[in-house]
Amino acid sequence: MSTAPEPLDHADEQAHRTRRQAEVVSALAALLPAHALLWRREETVPYECDGLTAYRQAPLVVALPETEAQVAAVLKACHALDVPVVARGAGTGLSGGALPHKLGVTMSLAKFNRIVKLDPLARTAVVQCGVRNLAISEAAAPHGLYYAPDPSSQIACTIGGNVAENAGGVHCLKYGLTLHNVMQVRGYTIEGEAVTFGSEALDAPGLDLLCVVIGSEGMLAVITEVTVKLLPRPRLARCVMASFDDIRKAGDAVAAIIAAGIIPAGLEMMDKPMTAAVEDYVHAGYDLEAAAILLCEADGTPEEVDEEIGRMRELLSRSGATRLEVSRDEAQRLKFWSGRKNAFPASGRISPDYMCMDSTIPRKRLADILLAIQQMEVKYRLRCCNVFHAGDGNLHPLILFDANSADELQRAELFGADILETSVALGGTVTGEHGVGIEKLSSMCVQFSPEERSQMLRLKAAFDATGLLNPGKVIPTLQRCAEYGKMHVRKGLLPFPELERF
Amino acid sequence: MSDAALNRLIDRVQSARAAHAPLAIRGGGTKDFYGETPRGEPLAMGELRGITSYEPTELVVTARAGTPLADLEAALAEQSQCLAFEPPRFAAGGTVGGMVAAGLAGPSRAAVGGARDYLLGATMLNGHCEVLSFGGQVMKNVAGYDVSRMLAGSLGILGPILEVSLKVLPIQPARATLRFEWAQAKALSQLNSWAGQPLPIQASAWWSDMLVLRLAGAAAAVESAQRVLGGELIAAATADGFWTGLRDQKDEFFATAAKAVHAGATLWRFAVAQTAPPLQADGDQLIEWGGGQRWLVSTAPAAAMRALAQAAGGHATAFRGAKTGGVFTALSPVLQRIHRHLKGAFDPEHLFNPGRLYPDL
Repeated sequence: MSTAPEPLDHADEQAHRTRRQAEVVSALAALLPAHALLWRREETVPYECDGLTAYRQAPLVVALPETEAQVAAVLKACHALDVPVVARGAGTGLSGGALPHKLGVTMSLAKFNRIVKLDPLARTAVVQCGVRNLAISEAAAPHGLYYAPDPSSQIACTIGGNVAENAGGVHCLKYGLTLHNVMQVRGYTIEGEAVTFGSEALDAPGLDLLCVVIGSEGMLAVITEVTVKLLPRPRLARCVMASFDDIRKAGDAVAAIIAAGIIPAGLEMMDKPMTAAVEDYVHAGYDLEAAAILLCEADGTPEEVDEEIGRMRELLSRSGATRLEVSRDEAQRLKFWSGRKNAFPASGRISPDYMCMDSTIPRKRLADILLAIQQMEVKYRLRCCNVFHAGDGNLHPLILFDANSADELQRAELFGADILETSVALGGTVTGEHGVGIEKLSSMCVQFSPEERSQMLRLKAAFDATGLLNPGKVIPTLQRCAEYGKMHVRKGLLPFPELERF
Repeated sequence: MSDAALNRLIDRVQSARAAHAPLAIRGGGTKDFYGETPRGEPLAMGELRGITSYEPTELVVTARAGTPLADLEAALAEQSQCLAFEPPRFAAGGTVGGMVAAGLAGPSRAAVGGARDYLLGATMLNGHCEVLSFGGQVMKNVAGYDVSRMLAGSLGILGPILEVSLKVLPIQPARATLRFEWAQAKALSQLNSWAGQPLPIQASAWWSDMLVLRLAGAAAAVESAQRVLGGELIAAATADGFWTGLRDQKDEFFATAAKAVHAGATLWRFAVAQTAPPLQADGDQLIEWGGGQRWLVSTAPAAAMRALAQAAGGHATAFRGAKTGGVFTALSPVLQRIHRHLKGAFDPEHLFNPGRLYPDL
């Protein structure tokens, strides 16, 4: 990374920062209207963090371009001045991907909020990067279409942020991630050159660069426009809610459904502490005695849904469900989901702070990881509620703690790292949909070898030779991993080692 | 993976590297015709074979690159599962690695996605002779750049694929094939309008004023869609033969095309917007993917084909036949630069499949 060398002394550092700020402000003032350039401390406070509020950093400057020409000009100027650029959408990300760089420009793309074109016959929408996820489905609804990926923050999060993170949601087992639902993105390189990845067709010539750009957390290019696929809205959706007195039985029920050849539209699990927390919040009538609750959804034509719900009921009963309820109508279906969708705010009510993890494991390891987390609760003396996208093995353990106690914060961080490393050892990954950002940098040392990390750094350099786009995120340096001091867990060609603690 | 086979492969690559002798990565050799002409000494992948792990309830299979595709598909079929994107098998002997490196997909592509959409992870060798794993065996994974998916369709220019993990899906319980006698414009507009409705249309093919549709899904869904769509129901055995022939490019259109190619014509593959109007060109056309993939046999110059594709929102590939004018559509200058840098990032000495995708890569 080639940002200007930083003096060591604090006073020197301050002076350096002030000088840099004046330089950047003067360069950008020539390119942007006055209201689109913020640098006074009181103006930049709202940009100091994203959804991961534990990490904060004042940006050097905030730029709010209103046109693509301004985006290109700001990038060119930053490139010329050797200033890092951090692109930012709605700031709802949970891994600190949009955390400012202390000597960098935070580029807010909030003003790019227009749906450029919606073509119902082609089933595509061309939208600017700052359009909210849910706004796309709302605009498509009159045509009987919708945009499938539905992260929990879909009311607020933007499509540009979804592209940066390769966002998922509760329906991605059946309908895929952002990657599977985006055809083309347009944006700018750090040099300020216009670039298009993907096409209006189902493939594009050359390497499939869309695959690496989606999920690259703003480190390869700044995306300004996205062409998404729209799907026909299923005529009907119904949900089965099943209770289990044993977590292992619930895990086996998930496997049984998949083994029977059913791909549910949604397949979610909550453990007992989580169920108690959400019931207290939404009063949906959840079974408070259950060790685990499964929500299992079927969608399609009425005939198809009836057939699938019947098969799912039978499989759930056979797997030992102690209580089964099928949604009678749309209102009840939404009620079943209300608790799952409100897992985060519900956790916020029972604890001053919570830390949300996001690892993925092979489905068959669900019970193993849950039991391991129970042991970690004892070890770290902290409580943890668990919600899972059980269908695809994506876990969201919510570690409850009080950030006012430095000791609790530290224990929570160790607890989180332990969950991630255990997930990798079980054959999984440290992040399923929230991204690495700043939060999981150290855990990347465990998941990838030094050679793999070097390869990813060279990949970044192929797009951004100067390393100015969102530097310091996603891929840890070799030095950081050496300091972290934990071993890389082998995977791929060698059988992964079983951890002794199981 | 048998370490002996892997070690022999690495030794082979190391000596080629020391001798600055480029390698042409080769699985079953069933797609030698595809892409620019292979250059370099063959690097045989056939020894690295076998299914490493397969758990039907995880919907994931992991196989070494040299595993015959037929073996993989047979193992999946035993569990009533499949590769949903129906990779074409141009001849017997194709491998899993070749399938991923070519990145091609069959009739179901528009409905279910392509090879890259089912690629969950890959282990590869880069130009530094390092064994690298990206992605994994789980459905959702956003740790680092998704390098494994980029290998789909890379034609080996970033390095040989050693092992891949693929998402598999249950075979749909019910199928039905319907036939309509419609001209091209009517077929295209109807296909696009149907695709906007919740119907279980899994594949389509239009040729010679005939539209054929395959429905697949739950029995109830297929039955109700048949009532909505109408058309003539084709007997299952005939229909299965037709779709397999189409998938493997053995049916009548491709057989006729092969003869024309032999006589000097080119078989062009157009990937265009599904709603693009009929391509105004002479020559026989076959349309798949709800309008998104169009095959055209032509003797017209490459530049004319590319202009036609661009106007239709896509690109054209000289799939079989003459390669003058380039096999693949040229990239924009910015993308060319990124491609050059990526090649340098993975294979700085241009050891692997030089020139197979584009002459300078």
